[in-house]
Formats: sequence, structure tokens, C-alpha cells
Amino acid sequence: MIEVQNITKHFGSFRALDDVSLAVPKGKLVALLGPSGSGKTTLLRILAGLEAPDRGKVILDGVEATEQKARDRGIGFVFQHYALFRHMTVADNIAFGLTVRKGKDRPPRAEIDRRVAALLDLVQLSGLAGRYPTQLSGGQRQRVALARALAVEPRLLLLDEPFGALDAQVRKELRRWLRRLHDELGLTGVFVTHDQEEALEVADEVVVMNKGRIEQVGSPAAIYDSPATPFVYRFLGNVNSLPCAIHDGRAEIAGLSLAIEAPNSGGEGNGIAFVRPHDVEVRPPADGLPRAVVEQLAILGPVVRADLLLPGNISLEVELTREQQNHLSLAKGSPVGLSLRRARVFAGA
Amino acid sequence: MRRDESPLIRWLLIALALGFLGLFLVLPLAAVLAQALGKGTDAYFAALTQPDAWASIRLTLLVAAIAVPVNIGFGLAASWAIAKFDFRGKSLLISLIDLPFSVSPVISGLVFVLLFGLQGWFGETLRDHNIRVLFAVPGIVLATMFVTFPFVARELIPLMEEQGREEEEAAIVLGAGGFKTFLTVTLPNVKWGLLHGVLLCNARAMGEFGAVSVVSGHIRGLTNTMPLHVEILYNEYDFVGAFAVASLLALLALLTLVAKSALEWRLRDEIAALRQS
Repeated sequence: MIEVQNITKHFGSFRALDDVSLAVPKGKLVALLGPSGSGKTTLLRILAGLEAPDRGKVILDGVEATEQKARDRGIGFVFQHYALFRHMTVADNIAFGLTVRKGKDRPPRAEIDRRVAALLDLVQLSGLAGRYPTQLSGGQRQRVALARALAVEPRLLLLDEPFGALDAQVRKELRRWLRRLHDELGLTGVFVTHDQEEALEVADEVVVMNKGRIEQVGSPAAIYDSPATPFVYRFLGNVNSLPCAIHDGRAEIAGLSLAIEAPNSGGEGNGIAFVRPHDVEVRPPADGLPRAVVEQLAILGPVVRADLLLPGNISLEVELTREQQNHLSLAKGSPVGLSLRRARVFAGA
Repeated sequence: MRRDESPLIRWLLIALALGFLGLFLVLPLAAVLAQALGKGTDAYFAALTQPDAWASIRLTLLVAAIAVPVNIGFGLAASWAIAKFDFRGKSLLISLIDLPFSVSPVISGLVFVLLFGLQGWFGETLRDHNIRVLFAVPGIVLATMFVTFPFVARELIPLMEEQGREEEEAAIVLGAGGFKTFLTVTLPNVKWGLLHGVLLCNARAMGEFGAVSVVSGHIRGLTNTMPLHVEILYNEYDFVGAFAVASLLALLALLTLVAKSALEWRLRDEIAALRQS
């Protein structure tokens, strides 16, 4: 178990982390997700010992490690731009963590060679032991960086934007590969990302961060299905945010009447309702259903995105299948009826 | 690149560049050699083996042999500190490193007179302990060190800053200590920049005139470096002697440049690899 307690960190007058506490269970892969400047990389660097917190504690496996030096923490770190040693071959890069050990801690040369070969095999780069980093592609460098971090058998693997510098196709493959690798090795891992899709796909647990604070911690499904704050709603995936008036436990959005959801409700007055595009059901216009007009239609492969106009000039983005579109024979200008499958109202926002 | 300038302009430009080079570089070198060999090779070698000339050659090599390693140490320490760490007064340190470049060498020499001369701050103490700094080898070494200390640091600071700190951080997380990280990661990454800085530093250390002239006292056979010796011989109308020593000085400079180019050419792939990514 890896823990941080009440961590605060300033850079000059900028507050990078504000009283952050988090526990990473053994064997889990956790994503720190947030926009740039949310403090996620700072938190990662504090875990690694590359930055010292102003206040708060780092606890590794039950032992306080706040003052422990980075080199003694037994942590593997994969840097955003890999930070491979450019004057060393791939094999020497991977062996580095073992060859710098002193005296009897250092394995014999033959043992180091064997471990390097095994790691090269693990990251599928067996033929490239003698290459230099500049002779590798981005995806290959990434895997060398990972093998180098794994060589010291770290108790915690930290990855800073591990796929950020790769192109889309490679990123997708490496993402799945990392997840499989994690399952095989049973590592405890924390990675930083600003890409919500990446976090939801790869992680066991997602920590959403904003402005140096943790907004929500939960499984990918929980984070996506029930965001705890308006920020999480906006940051995770596409969402309609509609101003509404709350009265008597119901929220009124321009003719749509919603039953308000506990527990974030309470209160009267203005609020914001969040509705995901696929949580809007589009039906034929009928009595008793709120009405809207199709303003724009875009066909994105299997799905159709429609911009609807509600009374009061409010736009609502919805997503439906091609089948539904054909069935309703939707076109620009068609009147439709609406119902909401799921929505969340935050008072006072 | 477009090649649609007229051949005339092309040739004119090339001729201009070559002519300029010839006028300001090749011609003076040739003149030095011609003057030096003006009375035959016997006179040339006689001038070089003359005891005072020989003493100046040894002194110059000695001064360079002390000043250059000291400045390698200082340059590495300063650039490492500046590029890899944040601390108060960093920009002040950077400006101070540039000081010898911006101050006239004569002033640099005078500073040491003010410090170590008989009327200077430490003058009496030094006299009481019978230590000679001015008009002796220590003063010459100090003045040379002062004038040449920006070369290594100036070469390394931008290079190290460009390379960033991530590789060092990676080494530390992998369990390397500070010194080990410096030896196995930082130093190999800057070795070509370091070599370049060392060669420039060496060339200047051997060729420095102004600052050394102020502190040396011009004692023949004792405190004259090669540039000072050249001047003395020249002022005495001993042209063969002056230009013989001058040619040797020029030869040392040329050798340094050739050595640098040869190294760069032989190791161009590795240098390119270090500059990338």
C-alpha cells in the first residue's frame, strides 16, 4: 500500500497541491487524471522523491518515506520523454539500475545480462539490445524506458504521461499492452494522464484532479457514471451542461422537468443539469413529451450526433445509432420528442 | 536551396570569402613563417633553443597545464550547478562567469596587482611570509586562470540546459548517487562540448597577453611567457627570434584546431546522436 497524507506543495506562489491524501492499494493500477496544472505530475514526483512536499507525508508499505532519498525508495519511474541515457545502448540503459548498485548488492555480470535479456524479451525488443536510443521509434523508446524501470524490481511503478508523445495508433496498442503487462506482473502502478479515455481504459482506479485537489476517486465505471462534481462531469467525456431552476425537488430546464437526484441536491434556486449525449432518448413528437427541433446532424460512423434546439434557444447534443435515426427518419428541421434516461443536477453551480 | 543566382554572383561571393580569409588569416600566418625563416632554418632553430626562448616555452606550457585543468574543474562544477539545480543567486553567478569576457585583460591583470602587490590588500601578509605572487609564476597562473575561466563553463551551460534534468533524475530514481550520476550520465553527455571548451581555453591560456603582461614583470628566462617573449624580441628588432617563437605559438594553436576537427570528424555519428532527442 502506497499512501500520501495531507500533501501540500507550492512552486513560488503557485499552489500545485493543496492538502492531498490518497491511498494506492497493492497490485492496482491507478490513473491520476486531470488537466495540465492540476498537480498530477507533482504528486507523482513527490511519490518518487524527486520533489519534496511543503507539508504532508509519503508512506510506502507502512513506513514513512517523506525524507527518504529518491534513490533509496525502490521506485520505477517512466518519464514523459523517456529520459533514456542517450550515450548508452538499449541493453546498458536497462542494466543501469543494476550496474550502479554497490558491492554485494550488485548482481554478477552474467546475472545482469540474463535479466536484461529477459526484460528485452518482455518488452518485445530482443533484437535491439545494441541500438542507441536515437535509433529507435517513439514506441520502442517507451518500452525501453519501461524495461529500465522494471529492471530494479520496483515496489511501485510510476509513469508520467506514458503515451503522451506517441501517435494515436501506437498509443492504443501500447495502452492495451501495458494493461496486460500489469496484469501479468501484478505491479502496483500510478500513471499520470490528461486523456480521460486512457485513464478509463487502463486503470483499475481513477483519481480525478483539479487545481491541486482531488475531485473524485473511484473505479472507471463509477467515475464515468456518477461524477461527484461539475468539474468531473465536464472533464470526463462529452456532456451537456444546462442551466436550470430548482424548485420543490425538481429541476426545470426550459420545458424539461427532471426529478432531482440526491444527494448533491438540496437547495432552491439556480443550478446546472448535466446530461450525457447518449442519455437523451429521442422519440417521435408526442403529447406530454418535451419537444425540440433537429438543428444539425453529423454521421460519425456507426453513431449519429444531433444538435437539438430546445425552446428558449438552448442547444442539446444527443447521440443515437444509425438505426434509430432511420427509424425516426430524422433530418435537419425534424421536430422530435425527448426524454432523459439519466441526468444529474448540481445546485448553485 | 535554389540555385538560380547567376554564376557570376556565386563566384564573386566565393572569391570574396576566400580573399578575405587569405588576407586576414593565411597571409599573416605566411608572413610570420617567412619572417621566422628569413635567415634560414639554422637561425630559426637557434632562436627557438636560445635559453630565454626555451624558458618562455616551458613557462607557457606550465601555465596552461595548471590553468586549464583548474578551469575544467571550475567549469564543470559551475555549469552542473547552474543547469541542474535551482538556487538563489544563480543569475548573479552566470553574470560573474561572463566577467572576464567583458573586462579588458589589462584590468584583469591590475586586479591582481591590487590584491597581491606590495601596496595591495594581501601585500604585507605575503611579504611577511616571503611568498611571491606578483612578478612570479603564481601571479601569471592566477591571471591566466581568471581570463580563461569562462571558456569551459560558457560552452557547457547551454548544452546542459538544453539536455535538461530528466536523465539525471532517471539515474537517481534507479539508485545512482549524485557523483555516480555525474560520472555516468552528465559527463558522457557533454564530453564533446567539454572538449571544445577545453581546446578554446587552452588556446587562450597559451596566447593570453594583456593580463599576464601586467602581472609578469617581464623577467627574462623567469616570468616571460611566449607572447611576452615575442613582444620583447620584437621591440629589440630581433625579428627572426620574435617570429620564430610566434610561429611556434601559431603552430600550437593550429594543432589544437586540427586535433579538434579530426576528433569531430572521426566521431561525427556519436556527436550527432548526443545532440538529438
